[in-house]
Amino acid sequence: MKRIFGFSLALAALAAVVIAATAPAVGGIKIGDKAPDFKLKGVDGKTYSLADIKDANGKTPKGYIVTFTCNTCPFAVLYEDRIIALHKKTSIMGYPVVAIQPNDPALKPGDDFAAMQQRSKEKNFPFLYLFDDGQKVFPQYGASRTPEFYVLDKDMVLRYTGALDDNAEDPAAVKVNYIEMAIKYMENNQAPDPAITKAIGCSIKVKKS
Amino acid sequence: MTRFLLLLLVALQLFVSCKSEAQSDAVASPVIAPSVLLGGIPVYSKFDDFEYWLHFDNDTTYVVNFWATWCKPCVEELPWFEQLHEQFQDQKVKVVLVSLDFKKDLEKKLLPFVQSRKLKSTVLALTDSGYQNWIDKVSPAWGGAIPVTLVYNARKRAFKDDQFSDYEELERMLKDLGR
Repeated sequence: MKRIFGFSLALAALAAVVIAATAPAVGGIKIGDKAPDFKLKGVDGKTYSLADIKDANGKTPKGYIVTFTCNTCPFAVLYEDRIIALHKKTSIMGYPVVAIQPNDPALKPGDDFAAMQQRSKEKNFPFLYLFDDGQKVFPQYGASRTPEFYVLDKDMVLRYTGALDDNAEDPAAVKVNYIEMAIKYMENNQAPDPAITKAIGCSIKVKKS
Repeated sequence: MTRFLLLLLVALQLFVSCKSEAQSDAVASPVIAPSVLLGGIPVYSKFDDFEYWLHFDNDTTYVVNFWATWCKPCVEELPWFEQLHEQFQDQKVKVVLVSLDFKKDLEKKLLPFVQSRKLKSTVLALTDSGYQNWIDKVSPAWGGAIPVTLVYNARKRAFKDDQFSDYEELERMLKDLGR
């Protein structure tokens, strides 16, 4: 009886471990953390870091809108025009968009560097479109989907993360533009509220180990 | 040792499943009418109307998968949910496939997809795009990427924030919940 009890305990422990293993890995940066800088190749062939990016006025930015996005995800495509419009507006205010493509092109050929260059040219992206070659950067941010947004202040401290706005499917039905709202808070030296939002997106494609 | 543990686990599963079979209770029928029925697929335009699917309090275990026809990893794992449905249809297990396809794609993409694949599991469509308001209500552990799967019964819940690697992993998640 004692033995059976022992085994039951072991079983319960085993079950707990299995259930815990299905929980997502918590990683990346949190609100208030300094975001890691990077060196990534843009579609123009040059290498970029946050530290050497300028805003639309040629000045050191007051903040950065880092977005993990791609060519192939229907949600990313839905947001393309909105990211262009956002950059045009906020870059003048001092907050340029920096887009990073995090998918492994071996799994998503439509997201390879040549396809990124082509997409950027077709849509005339006014913002930097960088390739997370080797998939080292997105895990440091804790990104899990495309499109996903991170608003950093001038010291590269994370102030807002999540969706661009509150309606992916219908731009006309958008009630809140979370990013513009976050910038408004930051301009007033306040903490953005909400600081975190969630939205449906495509999982970032990583080769299974 | 490991093998013995596994054997015991299987034995325990059998014991538990026999027991749960004894306490018979009909699967609750939907309590809120969907917004629309599209070729037999209930369409919910508001999360609040759909939410009861995540909170049935009976002796059935629900396997609720969030997917979309445009999501490649989701489509890849759908056959495993169909297999699970097939495998456990005589037991108190219900597989629910919640499509997050866009409103405009339901007739054009979702319906033909469900019909051509002859999906046997329950398929629902949820078109509430106010994601920020409801993702946490499915699970706070969910960032928003799909696919994800919630397995629950009246006593326990487990959440998988990723694609399954194979059918066995999905079946294990169901069994680990101790149906």
